Formats: sequence, structure tokens, C-alpha cells
Amino acid sequence: MSAELGQISLILALVLAALLSVLPMIGAQRNNEALMKLAPSLAIGQFVFLAGAFAALAWAFLQHDFTVTYVAMHSNLLLPWYYRLTAVWGSHEGSLLLWMLLLGGWMLAVAAFSRSVPRIFTARVLSVMGMVSVGFLLFILFTSNPFERILPGPIDGRDLNPLLQDVGMIFHPPLLYMGYVGFAVAFAFAIAGLIGGRVERDWVRWSRPWTLAAWAFLTFGIALGSWWAYYELGWGGWWFWDPVENASFIPWLIGTALIHSQAVTEKRGAFPAWTVLLSIAAFSMSLLGTFLVRSGVLTSVHAFANDPERGLFILAFMAVVTGGALTLYALRAPRIMTGEGFDWISRESALLLNNVFFTVSAAMVLLGTLYPLIIDFMGWGQISVGPPYFGAMFILLMTPVVLLLPLGPFTRWKRDGFMRILQPLAVTAAISIVAALLVCAWLGTWSLRAVSGWIGGFWLIGGALAYAVRTARASRSGLARHQWGMTLAHAGVGVFLIGAAMVEAHTFERDIRIAPGETVEAAGYRFTLHEVAQVKGPNWRADEARFSIHKGEREIARMNPQKRLYHRGGQTMTQVALKPGVFRDLYIAMGEELGASGAWSVRLHIKPFVRWIWGGAVLIGLGGLIAASDRRYRQQRRQRADASLASGAEAPA
Amino acid sequence: MTPTRKKRLAVVALIVLGVGAATAVAITALNDNMLYFVSPTDVHAATAPQDKQIRLGGLVAAGSVQRDPDSLEVRFTVTDGRHDVPVSFEGILPDLFREGQGVIAHGYLDEGGHFHAHEVLARHDETYMPPEVMKSLEAAGHPPEASKQ
Repeated sequence: MSAELGQISLILALVLAALLSVLPMIGAQRNNEALMKLAPSLAIGQFVFLAGAFAALAWAFLQHDFTVTYVAMHSNLLLPWYYRLTAVWGSHEGSLLLWMLLLGGWMLAVAAFSRSVPRIFTARVLSVMGMVSVGFLLFILFTSNPFERILPGPIDGRDLNPLLQDVGMIFHPPLLYMGYVGFAVAFAFAIAGLIGGRVERDWVRWSRPWTLAAWAFLTFGIALGSWWAYYELGWGGWWFWDPVENASFIPWLIGTALIHSQAVTEKRGAFPAWTVLLSIAAFSMSLLGTFLVRSGVLTSVHAFANDPERGLFILAFMAVVTGGALTLYALRAPRIMTGEGFDWISRESALLLNNVFFTVSAAMVLLGTLYPLIIDFMGWGQISVGPPYFGAMFILLMTPVVLLLPLGPFTRWKRDGFMRILQPLAVTAAISIVAALLVCAWLGTWSLRAVSGWIGGFWLIGGALAYAVRTARASRSGLARHQWGMTLAHAGVGVFLIGAAMVEAHTFERDIRIAPGETVEAAGYRFTLHEVAQVKGPNWRADEARFSIHKGEREIARMNPQKRLYHRGGQTMTQVALKPGVFRDLYIAMGEELGASGAWSVRLHIKPFVRWIWGGAVLIGLGGLIAASDRRYRQQRRQRADASLASGAEAPA
Repeated sequence: MTPTRKKRLAVVALIVLGVGAATAVAITALNDNMLYFVSPTDVHAATAPQDKQIRLGGLVAAGSVQRDPDSLEVRFTVTDGRHDVPVSFEGILPDLFREGQGVIAHGYLDEGGHFHAHEVLARHDETYMPPEVMKSLEAAGHPPEASKQ
């Protein structure tokens, strides 16, 4: 029964979305208050029905309703309740439903927190988001309906892919989607601005917290995905330059460019057209990411079952969204305001450089990701692009970013002198180099990567702190929220850089053969395998290796990696044992039993500073959220709001 | 030319130069890091590049997996139903590596037609078949029956 309720809810949500995409828009064009006022109510209604559909699917999972095909495919009687709940977004249909629910949530938030924004503008924003909703809801209903039934239903379902039976997978997709879908808000603001006929500093300011929040969620989502891949896939890597990872990374890079370009446009009115284009691009890339992941056109370590028809739909949808947006842009471009000029050395130039590097990086990643598709399409053979391409390009493009980043916040708007910027940072630079060399000496590492990583990291952290100190001294009220956010995020980049450099330079990694009773020495640690025991879980049984790890005479850890066999799907899975630490992780993954001797192949990793990678990413994301919470973006000068309301209403179609 | 125009021209020139240089670097890096996909039939027809990193894809032939009891060395045969290629690998195989399942191996071919893999990939999902492997199996006239759900 719940499946039918879900289906009906979904259809009702579609109806409301369709109304939302038409009525408030007409209201905004005709200056009809009544129609514009409908927008928030319609957004709330749509969210309620989406939540209803989502709850119905969750209920079907909790109740073991195997007559619902999606439930039968991705759950079974032995699956614990929390994984049955998260199985809702464990595969394509449900994850799209989650996507929609989150879009509904963002719309709800826009409706709720836009009291300071003129009604005509909110109406247009919600209406544009309604159009996006219509597209996605049609997609769900026609190509990926999670509520389809099979009758008679099977007695027991298949299993949820064991890789997804994990805490990282509970939060990874929702966070990632929060980011993806959040860019729809920035997109809607840009489109609403274009429809209104003007690109204004006001609406750029209103859209900033949304963009920052979406970008922060995307950061968390990507970091969580990386962490999940690290401990769950059993390879010990934290980033693979895999097409699916790239699919989420491209929108992130564009989003990074966008939040910086928004700052310029809001504060100085410079590059408004560019900001609009980036807003469109960020959302288009999110759609492209969905297309790449869901269509099966790419070979990827993450590729789960997929379907070309769905890919075609998303591609068509993307063409309509991007094409429509760009056409509108082309029509309205002449009316986009022109900003004030600026000098070569100015904050504008610094942020422009940021934008150049980040968009070029995004283009590089996009090129490497799509290149195999193009080659295949042209019939030139089947190729894939190896991670070294991305690694090399990235180091090339990000080195100047790291070097220049601390200078940016110290630079004045409009015009500045080079020496004036460098002077206060000279001390920071000197300290960071000395500190980095001291740390390297203490760690005993002199590899180029490690040393440059530490210098770069300290330079970024020191630069961020120097900025915070100077700003705090200069103003009586201390740092504003957005300044705190920026400081934190920029320092986070430094933390991340140190982690990445140390892991890439000094990971100890070895596959060994070990039998119970044997001890293996690796990088100063002694790994002793005591026994391999049989253990049981709710829906699996496993071979569990019992390791103890000694450093010198001291036992520092006991670690029990497992090799699990899941009953229902018959899949085996490696459960990695981790001993996390601030300065290094110990990592043991079981391979397989070698012959009858009782020996196993085992993968040992010692990864220095690997936690700093995610720690840095978390700081970056937190910085984004703190900046997003700054009141400044929501405040506005009263008279100005009235003026823009009046002029917006006058603006012809 | 007015100063503003001069400035604009300089900006445009810089952007063009930068983008051009970046593209050149990117294309070079791309070409250096391309991995060609080959099927066992390609290996047999000697169209596969030797002494170069390639990706070999196909099914693990039933009964072909042999482990050395004293080391981590594994030997198996990758087949597309028409031709076979012997593969050797030292290390830990992925969880979903199974006889009869699709795999992709990264490595190089020696003169004897023996493939030395340094990485072996199987997929996350039991029922999933890498698209390249699927295509090459179809080309060899042996489409797998139950490769998709």
C-alpha cells in the first residue's frame, strides 16, 4: 500500500512543481501579487509530498515489502534496520528520490529565509527551481520509478551491496547531493536575475550564502566519499581520479571559482557576466556529473548498475537547462551592468587569478574525464586516462594558487602596491620556511614533495592567521563571520596540503604473506598475526585476523581485519582494520588464504598524516558554512530594497 | 591606442597565451598517460602495443587461476572466448576477482605474449560487467548471458 501512496505523492509533487514553474513566473511578469504569493506555498506543498514519497519508500524498506522491485533488489530479511533505511538511497531510483527531496528542501529554505529579498525576486527564483523539479520528477516517474512492483514478490530480497553497508555510505550521498542540488539555488538566482533583466550587486549578495552553503556541503560530501573509499575499498588510496570522483570534483572546482567571483561582483560590481556564467556552469556540471555517473558511459571503479536510456534523458535535460540558460544569457548580456575598473595589482586581479586557475583546473579534469568518451565515439579505440595526467596537471595548476593565496586577502580593492602586500607577509613566509625545514628535519624526511608540502602548508596556515590577526587589530568589533570563514577555509587548504604531500611522499605500502604466529617488521612497527578466527555478523560470516602491533617493546594496537562473506548475495568483502592517529594511520587489509598452510596475503599500509587530508577538507567546509551564516548577506538597506522592487517590477519581459 | 585598449589587449593576449600553453601541456600529458584497452583477440592479432602500459580486459578463464603457495604470485588466463592471454600478477587480488568474471588488468605485454599485470581491477557489483569487456566479448562472438541484471 505504501508504494502506491508514494507514487501518488510523487505525482502530486510533480503537479505542484509544474504549477510553481508557471504561475509565480507569470505573476512576476505581470506584477500580480496574488500569483507571486503562491510561490512559497507551492514550494512547501511540493516538499511535503516529496517527503511523503520518501517516507513511503523508507516504510517499504522497513516493512520488507519485497513486492516493490526496488526493495527486493536492494534489501533482505537479514539486513539491519539502519541499513534498510539507508538502502533507500543505495541505488539509482532511490538516490534520485533523495536528490529531489533535497531540492525540495533547498526550495523550502529559500522560501523560508528570503524575507528580506523582494517578493518578485523570490517568486522567480522558486519558479526556476520549480522547472528543475519538473524535469527531475519526470525523469524519476518515467525512467526510474522506485515504486514499481513485481507480483508475486519474492520471499526474500537480494542484498544491499555490502560496500554500501557502512556508516560512510549513510552520509556520503546526502551530503554530496546537498552540494550538487544546492548549486541549483545559485543557478536559479542567476536565471531570475537575468529574467528580471538586470544583474545587480543585490541579488549576488543574496545568493552568496546559498552558494557558500552548497559548496560547503559538496566539500563535506567529497571528503566523506574519499574517506569511505579509503577504508572501504581496501586499497588504501584516498583519491583515484576516477570518473565518478571527477564528476563531483568538477562542480566543486567551478563552485570554488564561483564563490570567489561572487565576492568581487557583490563588493565591486566587477565581472558580473562571469559570475552569471559560473552560476550556470556549476549547476550544469552537477547535472553532467549525474549523467556521467548514472548513464554508464564511463568505466569507473565506482560504477554500479546503470542504464543508457536514463543517461540520454539526463543529457537532454542538461541540454535544455544549459542551452536555455545560455540563450537567456546571450539575450540579456548587453543589459548586464558593467563594474568599476581596477588596477593590475588589486584584490579584483587576485580573485580573477583564482578564477582562472580554478576554471582551467575544472576544464582539465573535464577534458581528462571526457577524452576517453570522445576517442571511443570517434572510433579511435578504447582508452582511459591514467591518474598521472590529473596529478601532473593539478600540481602544475595549484602550485601558483598555493603561492598566491595568502596574498589575496591582504590586497586592497581597486588598486594596491606590490610591496605593500608583500611586506606584512614576508615574516610569515620566512617563519613558514624555517618551521617547515625544522619539521622535516624532525621527521627525517627530505623528499621534495614532503618539504614543499610543509612549506606550502605553513605558508597557507600562517598567511590565514596573519590576515586574521591584522583584521582583528584593525577593527574594533573583531573578525566578521565571513572573515572567520575565509580564514578557516584558507588554513584548511594548508592542512590538506600537508596531509596530501606527506601521504604521497611517505606512504609505506607492502603486500605480504603471513601465517599465524609470524611477525613482520615494517617501518619500525612489528606486526604479529596470532590467529585467524571465524566470526559472525547479522548477515555475514567472516575470517578475522588477530594482529597485535608493537613499536619497540610497547604494544600500540590490536587490529582485527576481516574478510566477510555475505550470505545472500554471496559477495566477499574486505573489512579493513585501521588504527587512526593524528600523525599516521596503520592500515591492514586481508587478501586471501594462500593454500592449506593457513597463511594469508595481507596488505599493510602506514600512512603518515593521512587524517590531515580530511581534516583540512572539514576545515574548508566549515569555513564555507561559517561564512554562509554571516548576517551581512541577508541584511539590506531598506530604501535600496524598495528601489530594486520597484525597478524589478517595471522591468519588461 | 588608448591606454584602456592597450590594457585590454594585454589582458586578452595573456589569456590566449595562458590557455594555449595550458592546452598544449594538457594534450601532452594526456597522450603520455593514455592507457589503451586491448582484448585477447587484439593480443593474438599482434595489434596490441608492446612494452607500453595497456589495459587488458576479458573474462578470467575457468580453472586457470594458479597460486604460488610461497609467495603472492598468481597466474591466470584472460579470455574473450576466442583467444586466451596468460597473465601473471604479484599482490592481492580484489574481492570480486573470480573465475568466469570480467576483469581489467593494467600492465604490459612481453614478446612471448605474456601479460605482466601490476594492477587487477574487478568491479564493485557482482552483476556488473565493465563496458569495454562487454564490447570485446561481443566482438569475439561470445556475449555473456547474465552480465546485466
